Amino acid sequence: MPGLDAIPLAASATSNLFAAREQMAFTLAFHIVLACLGVALPATILVAHYIGLKRDDHDAIELAQRWSKAMAVTFAVGAVTGTVLSFEFGLLWPHFMERFGAAFGIAFGIEGLFFFLEAIFLAIYIYGWKRLPPWAHFWAGVPMFITGIGGAFSVVAANSWMNQPQGFALDAAGKVTEVEPLRVIFNPATPYEVPHMILAAYMVVGFLVASIYAVGMLKGRRDRLHRLGLLIPLTIACIATPVQLLVGDTAAREVAKDQPAKFAAMECIQDTGGHQTEYIGGICTSSGVKLAIPIPDLDSLLVGFSPDSKVTGLNDIPDDERPPVNTLLHLAFDTMVGIGSALLLLGLWLAYSWFKKRDIPQTPWFLKAVAVSGIGAILALWSGWIVTEVGRQPWIVNGYMKTSEAVTDANGIWGAFIFTLLLYATIGTVAILVLRRMSRRWREGGEGTAEDEPSPYSPEEVGV
Amino acid sequence: MSTAAAVILWTGATFYAIFGGADFGGGFWDLFAGDPGKGERPRMTIQRSLTPVWEANHVWLIFILVVLWTGFPDAFSAIFTTLYVPLLLAVLGIVLRGSGFAFRKSVEGLRERRAAGATFALSSLVTPFFMGTVVGAIAAGNVPAAGDGDAFSTWLAPLPLFIGAMFVATSAYLAAVFLVGDSRRAEDREMEVYFEKRALAAGAVAGIFAVVGLIALHSEGHYVYDRLVHEGLPLVIVSAVCGVGMLGVLLTGGRFLLRPLAALAVVAVIWGAFVAMFPYLLPTTMKISEAAAPDATLSAIFVVFGVACVLVLPALFLLYFLAQSDMLEHEH
Repeated sequence: MPGLDAIPLAASATSNLFAAREQMAFTLAFHIVLACLGVALPATILVAHYIGLKRDDHDAIELAQRWSKAMAVTFAVGAVTGTVLSFEFGLLWPHFMERFGAAFGIAFGIEGLFFFLEAIFLAIYIYGWKRLPPWAHFWAGVPMFITGIGGAFSVVAANSWMNQPQGFALDAAGKVTEVEPLRVIFNPATPYEVPHMILAAYMVVGFLVASIYAVGMLKGRRDRLHRLGLLIPLTIACIATPVQLLVGDTAAREVAKDQPAKFAAMECIQDTGGHQTEYIGGICTSSGVKLAIPIPDLDSLLVGFSPDSKVTGLNDIPDDERPPVNTLLHLAFDTMVGIGSALLLLGLWLAYSWFKKRDIPQTPWFLKAVAVSGIGAILALWSGWIVTEVGRQPWIVNGYMKTSEAVTDANGIWGAFIFTLLLYATIGTVAILVLRRMSRRWREGGEGTAEDEPSPYSPEEVGV
Repeated sequence: MSTAAAVILWTGATFYAIFGGADFGGGFWDLFAGDPGKGERPRMTIQRSLTPVWEANHVWLIFILVVLWTGFPDAFSAIFTTLYVPLLLAVLGIVLRGSGFAFRKSVEGLRERRAAGATFALSSLVTPFFMGTVVGAIAAGNVPAAGDGDAFSTWLAPLPLFIGAMFVATSAYLAAVFLVGDSRRAEDREMEVYFEKRALAAGAVAGIFAVVGLIALHSEGHYVYDRLVHEGLPLVIVSAVCGVGMLGVLLTGGRFLLRPLAALAVVAVIWGAFVAMFPYLLPTTMKISEAAAPDATLSAIFVVFGVACVLVLPALFLLYFLAQSDMLEHEH
């Protein structure tokens, strides 16, 4: 049967590389949204809890309770998708771990510690409704906020190290022989990648939670609970947004300096030199950018605060070290910046209205904008990670190891990937259904329903 | 120094075997608790003792993975490039188990609850089995130091399969013993008898698999077998004594030594394996010292482990304390 020869039954290195990269990208994209909830929901919950206790506000307490019950579900699913990622390091990238695990792995030890503590305190916090004295209960929740940030710091520091590896020495075979753990963790990319991701988590969570209440208000549920449920997370997200734009701007400049190939690819710069045009949108080709809105000199201005600032172009990067799919990178970068800017405007709108009349803007257009802001923030998050990760290609450890050297030779990676897609689609669907049903039950049951909502972490009611 | 890091790795494995094992075993008994009517009480008992601690049990697995890839990157790569099939199946079990657990309280309706519960329970069987085959393949010396061993013959052999079965039986046994303890403390006579029977049956089956496994070890893992019956003999004896002692406590209706003895029987076997494999991490292809990361990395692991002991243990104690005091409060 000659036809069968065409089907790639055996693993080939290129096929495996593509399948493994797609699988990693997909599982990371799924996990990162849940991770954001683990990082930034605690603060959102605690703000509502604090307002509730300070002002004896039942609506605020009710919100804190509901959000904590929702978080229990997303946290349990996030723990699972995070474990999958740990296995994937070995199943997909064994040679990366073999050569660099001694350096790369350290931050994950610290992350594990924070994750453990967050799991424990989440369980204590959920347990504490009805059972702990009010303020003791509030303080029992505070460690979740700290561990969420600590966990994000550790994981992103590990990723920063892949972009700006340092703090190790290699032997002739390219294996790590000496390690300086502190230099690994505090590498040059850590100071901008870590705050960029933590702020992104606060934006995703703030806009996402607010968007749920905006949808409710558009459906006519304009009670105080919905107003608070919109305002608390939206305020947090709107405070994070301008800071994020500043951090992102700094990050882009650092990338231009430290990873010129990534920067040239995301800005579609072909020839090295000053007076670089900033292209908005468009398709990157080797003979220039098509269908883009060009703004002369702006790119140079953004990189070095002067139109003469020199920016490296792709032509000065060796062929085999250029990031692939430049148009994707460029558009992902523009999507992230575009959505970030739109969210900034949304925040200004809210601020203007609030200072003028102590209320949210009274037009359905505002609620509609908030209603899509959550999805928008997630798209921006994904786009940002595409820029970071695809932009680092073909390297897995920038300048030291190519991704193609890291990938497994195992068979069946495509099959595993397809199975993963189906499995995650099921889990994602069930998770959303479960959360929607919880919300419907609370709506129908009125105040106090969330208190009795069963959750994966809550203790069992004995004798019920 | 590398030996100390291996001890930390084994400590994680010990905790995972005891707590994670009991956890998987809970799922095992849930699976075989019968139809919803008959199975309701045992399922409630299982869920009550599992819920507050589930995530904590699960974290030990992450701990093992992180220490392995950071502290012993060569061994990590060799294991994952050789045994990727059972590892993939184990992680599938973990995914199903975790999500089944996350959703089962929140979904409505008996049918959906049962679907989520069945997923949770079935995967409680799959995960320890395939983890066992991984451990068995390592003990049999089937993992080459350079990795890329055969994807199937390395673990589809009598020893790895027996160890897989033994892992399932041991989990079931640990869980049953823990649940007897819980029921005795709650003075729930019915559940006490229910889990006593199961503890005895699972203990017997685990014992049989241990003996059969030992015979398989004799023919497939010579190095480990020889050291186990010489250097490791005291620990084997400790395990046997604890097993028999536990049986006595179980039959006489005592409750205080029940859990420690059951746990110790398992702990002794795990450390017996450590002694039997020493100085190898992958018998007889890779020594602990050969697999180890540079000293600075190992020091970082020690520091993180130390900080974890200082921070995590009190927090964990607080959680267990609150959960237990709440149960007691409800009983009165």
